[in-house]
Amino acid sequence: MHTMLTKERERLPVRVDVATPAGSARRARRRIRPSTLFALAPMAVVVGVVYLGAMAWTVRLSTTSSKLLPTYDFVGLDQYERLFANARFLVSLQNMVVFGVLFIAACLVLGFLLAVLIDQRVKAEGLLRTIYLYPHALSFIVTGLAWQWFLNPELGLQRAVREAGFESFAFAWLADGETALYALVLAGVWQSSGLVMVILLAGLRGVDPDLWKAARVDGIPAWRYYLSIVLPLIGPMIVTATVLLAIAVVKLYDLVVAMTKGGPGIATEVPAKFVMDHLFERANVGLGTAAATVMLVTVLAVLTPWLYARYGSTSGRPA
Amino acid sequence: MTSAVVTSTDRARGGITARGRRPRRLTAGRIGLYAFLASAALFFLLPAWIMLLTSLKPMEEIRQGTIFALPLAPTLEAWAAAWGSACTGLTCEGISVGFWNSVRILVPSVILSVLLGALNGYALSFWPVRGANVLFAILLAGAFVPYQVFLYPLVRMFSSVGIYNSLAGIVLVHVIFGMPIMTLLFRNFYASLPRELFNAARVDGGGFFTIFLRVMLPMSTPILVVAVILQVTGVWNDFILGLTFAGRENLPMTVQLNNIVNSTHGVRLYNVDMAATVLTGVVPLAIYFVTGRWFVRGIAAGAVKG
Amino acid sequence: MAAVSVRDVSIAFGSMPVLDRLSIEVAAGEFLVLLGPSGCGKSTLLNAMAGLIDVEDGEIHFGERNVTWEEPKDRGVAMVFQSYALYPRMSVRENLSFGLRMARTQKAEIEARVARAAAMLQIEHLLDRRPSELSGGQRQRVAIGRALVRDADIFLFDEPLSNLDAQLRNELRVEIKRLHQRLADTTMIYVTHDQIEALTLADRVAVMKDRRIQQLAPPAEIYNRPANLFVAGFVGSPRMNFVEGRIEAPDGALVFRAGDRRLALDAYEFARRPAPGSAATLGVRPEHIGVLEAGEDVHAWSGLHVDIVEPMGADSLVWCRDGETTLAVRMAGEKPIAPGAAVRLVLDPARASLFDPASGERL
Repeated sequence: MHTMLTKERERLPVRVDVATPAGSARRARRRIRPSTLFALAPMAVVVGVVYLGAMAWTVRLSTTSSKLLPTYDFVGLDQYERLFANARFLVSLQNMVVFGVLFIAACLVLGFLLAVLIDQRVKAEGLLRTIYLYPHALSFIVTGLAWQWFLNPELGLQRAVREAGFESFAFAWLADGETALYALVLAGVWQSSGLVMVILLAGLRGVDPDLWKAARVDGIPAWRYYLSIVLPLIGPMIVTATVLLAIAVVKLYDLVVAMTKGGPGIATEVPAKFVMDHLFERANVGLGTAAATVMLVTVLAVLTPWLYARYGSTSGRPA
Repeated sequence: MTSAVVTSTDRARGGITARGRRPRRLTAGRIGLYAFLASAALFFLLPAWIMLLTSLKPMEEIRQGTIFALPLAPTLEAWAAAWGSACTGLTCEGISVGFWNSVRILVPSVILSVLLGALNGYALSFWPVRGANVLFAILLAGAFVPYQVFLYPLVRMFSSVGIYNSLAGIVLVHVIFGMPIMTLLFRNFYASLPRELFNAARVDGGGFFTIFLRVMLPMSTPILVVAVILQVTGVWNDFILGLTFAGRENLPMTVQLNNIVNSTHGVRLYNVDMAATVLTGVVPLAIYFVTGRWFVRGIAAGAVKG
Repeated sequence: MAAVSVRDVSIAFGSMPVLDRLSIEVAAGEFLVLLGPSGCGKSTLLNAMAGLIDVEDGEIHFGERNVTWEEPKDRGVAMVFQSYALYPRMSVRENLSFGLRMARTQKAEIEARVARAAAMLQIEHLLDRRPSELSGGQRQRVAIGRALVRDADIFLFDEPLSNLDAQLRNELRVEIKRLHQRLADTTMIYVTHDQIEALTLADRVAVMKDRRIQQLAPPAEIYNRPANLFVAGFVGSPRMNFVEGRIEAPDGALVFRAGDRRLALDAYEFARRPAPGSAATLGVRPEHIGVLEAGEDVHAWSGLHVDIVEPMGADSLVWCRDGETTLAVRMAGEKPIAPGAAVRLVLDPARASLFDPASGERL
């Protein structure tokens, strides 16, 4: 295989001269078009119909008074007014922000710590990496159910610790509307910080090993080395991880459904669940699509600066 | 210098000459490091361990509230019940229904989306068409947008052509939403190949599909493996799409699992719940443990999918 | 008292030995070059001196101190790396001062040292720039500056010029030499695979191969009296000519003989006298062979023809050939002789080398 390919490459220059004149090159390109277009047609349809079409449709529906079935009247921003007067939606938004800040911060700190510590030539590095990452292979449903059981106030962790003799031990986050959200954060961090670790570890392994040697000769303490020298170097990877986590926050749905169903009460409602409920259960398409549009805007607000910083100036290669 | 000369550092070490390997002092830092790594490992392992223990216990043991205790009378009854007779609402056919549904959804979804992604990536890398990169940029950006933005119109579209709540519908949805990441994977892979390779194949008279099938696909094994791993775990772990598009007959395992655990009437059978949960997690976990490095590559490349 | 003394040091990576009971003494103020092909262990030895790699066995002393177990920062060494290893996102000034600030040196002292190093390397105008805004040559100057501010007694260079292009390499080589002249008390140990760097910079060169020092000697001796076949072949460009033959003693005096060509060895300084009849490899550098046009000298090697002439500017390399035997000869001028011409060659026995082909050792 390999030798065949090199042979072909060697043959190339001779023939390329023949094909160089501008006219024949242009003709050749025109000739390839049908099959290329045929191959790219599915992508064009998906982009046009689903990504752009459905998105526009959703935005359009959010300006109608649609209930169970879509109607195509125009009520301006009525649905949005209603949305931002809706206690449940406001709680959802607030939850998203609180969850997002805690979840992202915890994932970044834990992921960074794990990556840095695992990079200290520890024993059983492979095993530890495998352990830290495996939750990421699980779905949010499995994650949510596992944690729901683990944190079960009557029979889970709290009871077990009390049985062991610590009678006053209290860890019933799921039962309390004030703390249920933190239980979601815990489960989310469990599922996602391994991913941050993998991304940052790849960054750490790309750092010139001579830098570490230079720092040791200079007598720079390890923590200072990581803070002042390595952290800026892997900055772009931290940003990438942050964006990924932020997107996951906006999309947060499965975990809530599995772990708390939005409860107790509406304590752990999130926008994605608000949309699903209003579209498919509460028969309020207008309000649901308005909430979906708010989600879209949120994602764009996160995404645009990042994409601009990353590809805007240089038009480099994605991810 | 002879050994008679005792240096200052030698003296400081009580006359022992520093020689050979530096003694492995277990410094406080080193101990702290391992302590942290070990407790982190415990944090990650504990929920899964509890899940497994619970699934092996009879309900009487569970009610004693000792989730950390090993089962006194380990039994696979809960597993059998979870697989064959656990109830979702009125039907009591176990999670096996969901398992086979997931398999039926998985196979065509993975094959189609991987092939389409390969084709797209190949076309984008080697056959530049005006506007194709703009399309690709929109597609990629679309991968970041929550499904909720697309779902309702898609449901309308699907029901108007009669594939809503059908196997074809859920497969098509997976192909659609898998397209950005699959295309990205293959585009980046093909872009990393030497362009001379493609030029040589063209000079030798290869056309669009000939070069794809004869030259590019045979070289794509590594990225094919990554793509398949990514898509298998992605489709298997999906919840929201299956819930919305698959229809009552085709509900995937995750949806079925959630129904079993979260909508049980009467007494909750935690051991059955946990057995069903473990069963649902087994497929992606098996892929993870078997493919190791490849899986890591996949999630690093596919992290955009989220 | 040696400034650096490495005693019986062994190092292994896993099961692969990298250094094997190696010993070397470096005098205070000396410039020692560790020269060898990649994988010979020279960088490992340097890193062990810096304390960046732990030794398995043996001791390392700096002056009177046994530093075998000491941390790199406590050894009083400064180090310059091939990849520069400048701290990114820090200005040149911060790069120079970071280590001192970590050691809580007085502010005025830091400024004085940075200013002195910057002046010495003529990088004052770069002090507020970032490494990414510097050229390769400037980066390496800064890296040397970072070593200078440490006021160390021992400087370690790990292939510092290997990432630079030829011209810059020459420039900085001169710079390093000048530096060593100014810092006469500073011991410098320099790892390279480039023999020109080794010969131009070193007070002594340690040629390494296969975990061992093959020869430790001043450059002239390395060049003129290589201790074995490896050193002879590794040092010198164009390469030394090698001719297989035998030692004979037809009338008492030793003679090297290859076929019907002979070389009287009266002027040769033997390291150890070989027995007549034993096999030997003769090594002669291209510049130690003379070309005779007419046939007056009976001892000249005849029967060779000019195969190829390579003009190299100041002189030319003339490849002379006879069947299997090929000898490179350095001649003054461009195109001193036409290809195909018959030549007779005179070899200088006083400057030739003889080796035992079995052991490779010098005779």
